[in-house]
Amino acid sequence: MTITTIEAIPTELAYGRGGGPAPTRTVVAYGFWIFILSDIVMFSALFAAYAVLSGNTAGGPSGRELFNLRSLFIETMCLLLSSYTAGLGMLSAERREVVRFLFFAALTLMLGAAFLFIEVSEFAGMVNRGAGPSRSAFLSSFFSLVGMHGAHVTAGLVWLVYMVAQVLAKGLRAVVLRRLVCFSLFWHALDIVWIGVMTLVYLMGAR
Amino acid sequence: MDGDARVFEDRSPGVEHQESSANFLSYTVGLGLAILATIASFIVSQTDLLWPPGVAVGLVVLAFAQIGVHLVFFLHLGSGPDNTNNILALAFGLLVVFLVIAGSCWIIANLNDNMMPMPAH
Repeated sequence: MTITTIEAIPTELAYGRGGGPAPTRTVVAYGFWIFILSDIVMFSALFAAYAVLSGNTAGGPSGRELFNLRSLFIETMCLLLSSYTAGLGMLSAERREVVRFLFFAALTLMLGAAFLFIEVSEFAGMVNRGAGPSRSAFLSSFFSLVGMHGAHVTAGLVWLVYMVAQVLAKGLRAVVLRRLVCFSLFWHALDIVWIGVMTLVYLMGAR
Repeated sequence: MDGDARVFEDRSPGVEHQESSANFLSYTVGLGLAILATIASFIVSQTDLLWPPGVAVGLVVLAFAQIGVHLVFFLHLGSGPDNTNNILALAFGLLVVFLVIAGSCWIIANLNDNMMPMPAH
């Protein structure tokens, strides 16, 4: 019995139009993209609840009195820059530059933690002023929507720490890279959800 | 057969290695555009630069512009053949999001309109 090898593959086969399976990485990223879209659909229900209930303050404080646009701007910039550093970290990982990857992962962690810190202190301040989630329908939907985003950011930070541990333990091998692709998709998607929160909740609510 | 290559490169047979379209420049351009859109949103919401009743529309347009920037420069959704499935899934997701949000607002606004006047507590 002889073993034959194929030296060259016709280009129409090589690029998936002629058939043959897509690369694992493409398939994994596509599956995770479907998950992210379903997560965004879940967020859309919370956005709809907020849009419907945002006027029902029940005599309590409205967004105009509660929101601090200065800390909102800092928060937004933290999340945006963390998305950027996560992207650069992904680039370094693809080039197998471990030290650079760790540097950008640390930056991403710090920026994400800064975002969460500002958000939690904002929540604490509101609850202390008697504007907790049980005060009015507006505040219930506000805490559900913004809190759900914050919970996702928290999960993302835990995931990033876990990914750093994997890179340290296993190196930047293909399976770890695929998980990193999923993480960066997740992190960028959170930034997209935040654009909606910033615009609908804060900027429109503060007017 | 060398083991390292097997571990570090798993592509399916028949697929040539494709360089990722992402690079430092595209992330940086994306970051710049996203920051511009964010600052523009803050300015529009805090000043009377726009005709006041149109501010909400302006903010929504800026938000969609920024979401587009994120999709193209950070998530690398392009028009290439390898992206067709991603774009189709995104289009379906947007349809569902639109139905949920616009439908809820429409239904509840209609209910509010048809509500019997309630005595003040």
